[in-house]
This record gives sequence, C-alpha cells and structure tokens, in this order.
Amino acid sequence: MTDVIVVGAGPAGASAALTAARAGLEVVLLERGPFPGSKNAYGGVVYGRVLDDVLPGWYDEVPVQRWVTRRSTMVLTDTQALTVDFRSTAWGEAPYNGCTTFRADFDSWLANKAVEAGAQLVTSTVATGLLVENGVVVGVTTDRPDGDLRAKVVIAADGVNSFLAKQLGLLPKTDAAHLTLGVKEVLSLPREVIDERFGVRGDEGVDVEILGCTRGIAGGGFVYTNKDSLSVGVVVSIDGLAKSGIRPEELIADLKAHPAVAPWVQGAEVKEYAAHLIPEGGYDHLPELSAPGFLVTGDAAGLCLAAGIWLEGVNFAIGSGLAAGKAAAGHVQRDEPLTSYKQDLEGSFVLQDHKRLRKAPGLVLSDRVQQQYPGMIADLVEGMFTVTNPTAKPGVLTLLRRSAKKHGVKLRHLAADGLSGGRTFR
Amino acid sequence: MTQWDDMAFDDRMGTVEFRVGERPHIVVDSDICRSCTTKACVTACPANLFAPTSDGGILFNYEQCFECGTCYQVCNSEGALSWTYPDGGQGVVFRHG
Repeated sequence: MTDVIVVGAGPAGASAALTAARAGLEVVLLERGPFPGSKNAYGGVVYGRVLDDVLPGWYDEVPVQRWVTRRSTMVLTDTQALTVDFRSTAWGEAPYNGCTTFRADFDSWLANKAVEAGAQLVTSTVATGLLVENGVVVGVTTDRPDGDLRAKVVIAADGVNSFLAKQLGLLPKTDAAHLTLGVKEVLSLPREVIDERFGVRGDEGVDVEILGCTRGIAGGGFVYTNKDSLSVGVVVSIDGLAKSGIRPEELIADLKAHPAVAPWVQGAEVKEYAAHLIPEGGYDHLPELSAPGFLVTGDAAGLCLAAGIWLEGVNFAIGSGLAAGKAAAGHVQRDEPLTSYKQDLEGSFVLQDHKRLRKAPGLVLSDRVQQQYPGMIADLVEGMFTVTNPTAKPGVLTLLRRSAKKHGVKLRHLAADGLSGGRTFR
Repeated sequence: MTQWDDMAFDDRMGTVEFRVGERPHIVVDSDICRSCTTKACVTACPANLFAPTSDGGILFNYEQCFECGTCYQVCNSEGALSWTYPDGGQGVVFRHG
C-alpha cells in the first residue's frame, strides 16, 4: 500500500507526483510508454509561468527549442492570406512567455523533477483498471505480473482517452462532438534557414495560428519554429473529419502547399509524423473531477483550453496536476475531502479561464467562423488594398457589404457574432 | 486546391518509431462493420489503418497505430472495435511529439 498512485507521467501526472512527493507522501508514478512523453504529441508551445512558484528558474533548465517572441494569427483562403503579427523582445527574456519544446524532452524533464522530489517512476506499465471497494477507489490493476497496486488516492492523469475516468462513469465512453484530432509533421530545416525565413535570431521563435486552412472542417492549423525544425499541422473536429471524407494528412499537405506557407517549408524533410486527440469541450463539458479515493487531472479532465486566440493545454495540465497532488496530500495527511481539489481549481486560473471562455469553443468552431468569415475578411482586405483606378475607391462599408454578400453572410449575423464574440472574450 | 503531398504514406509512417507487440491491442469485428454504412474510421484514422474489403468489411492492422482513439470515438457500430492500449513499453514511441 502506497499513499498515492499517479497514472500517466505527462505534465499533469508529473506535476501531481511532484507536489504529493514534496508534501512527504509515498508516490508511485506509472507511465505506459518506455519514457515520459513517448505517447504524447501536441502543437508545440508550453507556457511555463505556471512553474514559477514550484520550480523557480525553470526557464534556465527547461529543454527549450525556441522562445516564442513572435506570434502571428493568419486567416487563409485558397489564394489569400491575412496575417496579424505581433512580436515582443520581452518574451525573449526571463521570465519569458511561451517556448517550443518536444514532448519527449519536456515530459521527461518534468517527470524527473517528481523523481527528484521522491516519487517512484515506473515506466512501460499500463494501468489497466481501477480497484474499487465499497464505492471507493483503492488502487489500480496493471499489466505487470501480480501487478495490483493499492493506494489511499489514485490520480488519473491518463490523458484524453482516460479509461480510468470512464470506468467510474466520470467521462462518457465516446464524445466525438467535443474532441479534435491534431496531426502534425516535424520538418527538418537548417537553423539559419529558419532564422531567415521567419525573421528571428538566436533562440527566438515564432508561433503561427491559422484559420481557414481546413477545407471547411471545423478546426485550424499551426506552424511553430523549433531549433532546426518546424512543427506544421492541423487540428480538426473528428466528427467533421469523419463526415468530410478527407484524410487528415491531405489537410497538412494542403497547408504546406498554400502560397503563404510553401515558402516557409520548401525543401524541408519530414522527421516525424504524429497524431493525438484533444479535448476541446471546455468548461460546459468538464467531467466530475473527483470521486471517493480518486482525482482526475489534465487532458483526462478535459482541461485543454481551445478558445480560438488562446490555445493552451500543457499549462492547464500542470496547474491542475499541482492542485491534484496537493489535494491528495491534504487527504492522506489531514483527512481533508478530495473535493477540495475542485474548490482549489475554481480559485486558480485553471477553472477561472475555462469559465470565462466557456462559450469560446462553440463560437470558434461555428460554421460561419470556420467557413464564411475567412473568405469574407480576406475579400474585404483585398478590396481595400486593390487600387482600382480610374475607378474611385469604394468605401469600406460598401466593401464589407459586398464581401459579406459574396460569402453569404447577413449583416445581422455579423452583428450578432460580433456581439457574442465581445461577450465571449470580454 | 488539393495538391498531394510528395510523400508516399508508407514513407510518412516510416518516420515514426513503433515497438510492435505480439498482442493486437485493437480488434475489429468485421461482421459488424459490414452493416456500417459510414465507415468513419477509414477516413479519420491518421495512420490509415482501416481498409475496406470487397465484401463490405474492414481489414485492420494494429502495428503502426498512434493509439490516439479517433477510431473508437467516431465508430457508429457498438462492439465493432475492442480497443485497449498496447502492453507497457510497446506501441508508438514519439521522439518529438
């Protein structure tokens, strides 16, 4: 019998194991892959400030690829591209903002922090189910011989498919409406070529988020710079993908062939292709976060923030994991109820951000935002900057009416979505 | 504007490390698939592991699976897929991810 079993050594599990071990608990951290991060894939950016208190100076040792000092938001049509581009030197200095990093490196690094704090990491071991007695979770079964493990608290950090949370009925068995599939290529390019193509130097990096590159399937695309590679991919609704008849790798090929993206990736070779599901339901579709003897954290708890202009996951995994470890310690040492975990999250950015942006996933993945607005906006801007002499310039309102009509957008829809966007992101 | 990637799908999957276990961790009941009209798995599986057969069933190969879960999430036919993770240490190993 141990104090705590944490299932999954991703960012959530490693963070939970870290705080629980630091509080003095006996912690077993199970990982089904051969090393932490080996089963994980994501877009490419970690926002590490959540680690400021628990790992001061984390930025001096995190296995960073590049610090994001430039963030672009692009709207694409087949032939057009509109980019809003922001850069700040402040993001290239401590305490930084976001960094690109590979999950095999980052997750291993973070899990090692838990090990240094005293947690026991056991890799290549699948937690195949929960041991439940009288309605209380008392441990897990594993795929090791005589592999049952008992604990006072089990923390499920077993990812988006969390079969442990499903076993207790906390997560629905399937939930295609609130899941997206991310597919990504890591493309190798010489460092100086990346610097030149993206206008960065040293360890500066770029984060590009893209709308309108998924052939009308709800979702978006991304390009991130690593040291000597790019991460290029798309994230799409799995319902939409299944209905479209389009293969996910075709969408990446489309994006790479787009006139605005092709010059970035020209001559690059695929180093690794990857795919992973993302829980994008947001606050309105979060599961119960605890049960007797049991806590759910990270992707298992649906805590990815997919709110259009904000796309974050690892920081929410860490934030929720840290709280789960703390709640487990309070339970084991002071008999506090595990429900304190949710109260703690309600008071932190984890649930505050999710609550504030609860309407964002629906709005961002709506048909108009996905299928009509990219073309409408691109045509509006093209109209503004196309000099049509000898014809005089049309007014912006005329251009807006024209492009709205061309893309089947009614002005009252535009006004309604504008208002709802204002409410959502206020 | 479809421009096909210059990469063959086999080469694409060749960039990924797999430690293939002896136990197929996902099993498809092709008899159930025969009555499925959508076959969403065929389109959605990012590793392209679901191949429709001439008799209306599905041929599945577990060896190059990302373990992402897309197939069982989009599957319309109760019981068609028995889905588990590979045994510990086996299956996909992302080096970058």
